[in-house]
Amino acid sequence: MTQPTYNEHLQQKIEEIYAGGQPKYHEKLKETNKLFVRDRLKQLFDDGIYEEDARFANVEAGDLPADGVVTAVGQIDGQTVCVMANDSTVKAGSWGSRTVEKIIRIQETAEKMQVPMLYLVDSAGARITDQLEMFPGRRGAGRIFHNQVRMSGMIPQICILFGPSAAGGAYIPAFCDIVIMVDGNASMYLGSPRMAEKVIGEKVSLEEMGGARMHCTVSGCGDVLAANEEEAIREARRYISYFPANFAEFPPIDETKAPKSGRTLEEIIPENQNAPFDMYECIEQLIDEDSFFEIKKLFASELITGLARIDGQVVGIIANQPKVKGGVLFIDSADKAAKFITLCDAFSIPLLFLADVPGFMIGTKVEKAGIIRHGAKFISAMSSATVPKISVIVRKAYGAGLYAMCGPAFEPDAVIALPTAQIAVMGPEAAVNAVYSNKIEAIEDPKERIQFVKQKIEEYKEEIDLYKLASEMVIDDIVAPNQLRHTLIQRFNYYNSKQIVLPYRKHPVYPV
Amino acid sequence: MAEVKAQMAGTVFEVSVKEGDSVTKGQTLIILESMKMEIPHEAEADGTVAKITVAEGDFVEENDILVELA
Repeated sequence: MTQPTYNEHLQQKIEEIYAGGQPKYHEKLKETNKLFVRDRLKQLFDDGIYEEDARFANVEAGDLPADGVVTAVGQIDGQTVCVMANDSTVKAGSWGSRTVEKIIRIQETAEKMQVPMLYLVDSAGARITDQLEMFPGRRGAGRIFHNQVRMSGMIPQICILFGPSAAGGAYIPAFCDIVIMVDGNASMYLGSPRMAEKVIGEKVSLEEMGGARMHCTVSGCGDVLAANEEEAIREARRYISYFPANFAEFPPIDETKAPKSGRTLEEIIPENQNAPFDMYECIEQLIDEDSFFEIKKLFASELITGLARIDGQVVGIIANQPKVKGGVLFIDSADKAAKFITLCDAFSIPLLFLADVPGFMIGTKVEKAGIIRHGAKFISAMSSATVPKISVIVRKAYGAGLYAMCGPAFEPDAVIALPTAQIAVMGPEAAVNAVYSNKIEAIEDPKERIQFVKQKIEEYKEEIDLYKLASEMVIDDIVAPNQLRHTLIQRFNYYNSKQIVLPYRKHPVYPV
Repeated sequence: MAEVKAQMAGTVFEVSVKEGDSVTKGQTLIILESMKMEIPHEAEADGTVAKITVAEGDFVEENDILVELA
């Protein structure tokens, strides 16, 4: 037998690395509808092309190809991006010291190049046998999270969760701008069900405790629930198309498209303030067709948050949904809005608020859960955002709901009312009850009582009449519904050059 | 058996179906009134109304069962 040439030797080593873990683990991938890490990367990058670093990491170990993680640079729609991707066929994608060092290095590369960083997560967590080398030190796993926090708001950070993200590793998605989860396979948890049973005595399934669906509907740790891996990768590519490479640049402008054909705003929005309608229908009439990328669709759906294009320009939309919970703001909707606004503001994406809000929820349950401090997060994020902000009062905007939805006091570039708008501390019925409750009770004749309430409601409505508010310059304009898209296009275009000098300080004390 | 639960605390404003009715996905079953708003509760899938557990005027807490669909 002849000695292989050095070229053949290299080729053989590379093939071994590219093969990943043992065949039985590749079989397992197939059984669970999962792709091999290198096939995921081929789908993610333009033409499947990428350059990889530290392919030979831990090659001496023999059974740990690439040390269980592929780190690569490639392009998505022509935009250079950095990626780390766990290989679950190698020791269940667990982290050894070289795995961690590779992740840290690709993060450093992303920061130096000022390009988006993607985390393709599918990992069982730390290799406990290697903990001294990978867990506690200066370049241990903690450094990955430190880097994520450091780069937050500097470059977009995106997580696609294909499988587990366990214990400490669960913080990778938590520090990303967005987390796309594959239904049925993705999971995120600090302690596994097995550990939960041993340590606290709880018996629970993985899906119930930390599955993708739970996180996208209940905990809010997930932003997009994808039916399968291909869809998750497509969504990640689509998400990137709304963002600049980093905070210093502007979002890419696309060709304009007309809105989807449908009913007019006049037909969609009922005049009766208490009657529900579907805000999605309203959004569709304002944005370019098929341009909506919704974030946290299944979580706190009384508030809609999503990226869209209006005349080709990217905008972030925050809209109350009167069809769900009456559009009332809750703890989760406040959190959802706060994170979304911060995301848009970091990457120069202008904000459009569509207000139809009866206010924040009241009652013991929400007070005990701290709705005031959660609402403060929403208001604080909205208030500190310096991107162009337009607040459209679609119908009612009552109480702190007006504030949260970027009311006049929060320096929006414009507050625009539709003729159906109603701005007040509270709705007419509630206000009359609050002010005249003693008087109402004192009236004995029921007919007279109803008459009195009716009259007071009418007086109240006159007090908050829209033209009165416009006359006092509380609002900047009243526009006909069929003019709304046009005025938004013009205004967002004019406001592009907006500059705000931030107050001199280190940073605010964030309400949490 | 699918349970339709109250999205939030409020008063039952209208019961829009009867026991035994067949309903289609998206059809309004119950309207609650809360925070001065009408809150429609819709069927998540096609089915038959097996049981209505509330009456108009009842106060319900968040997550209370309103209707059972078979």
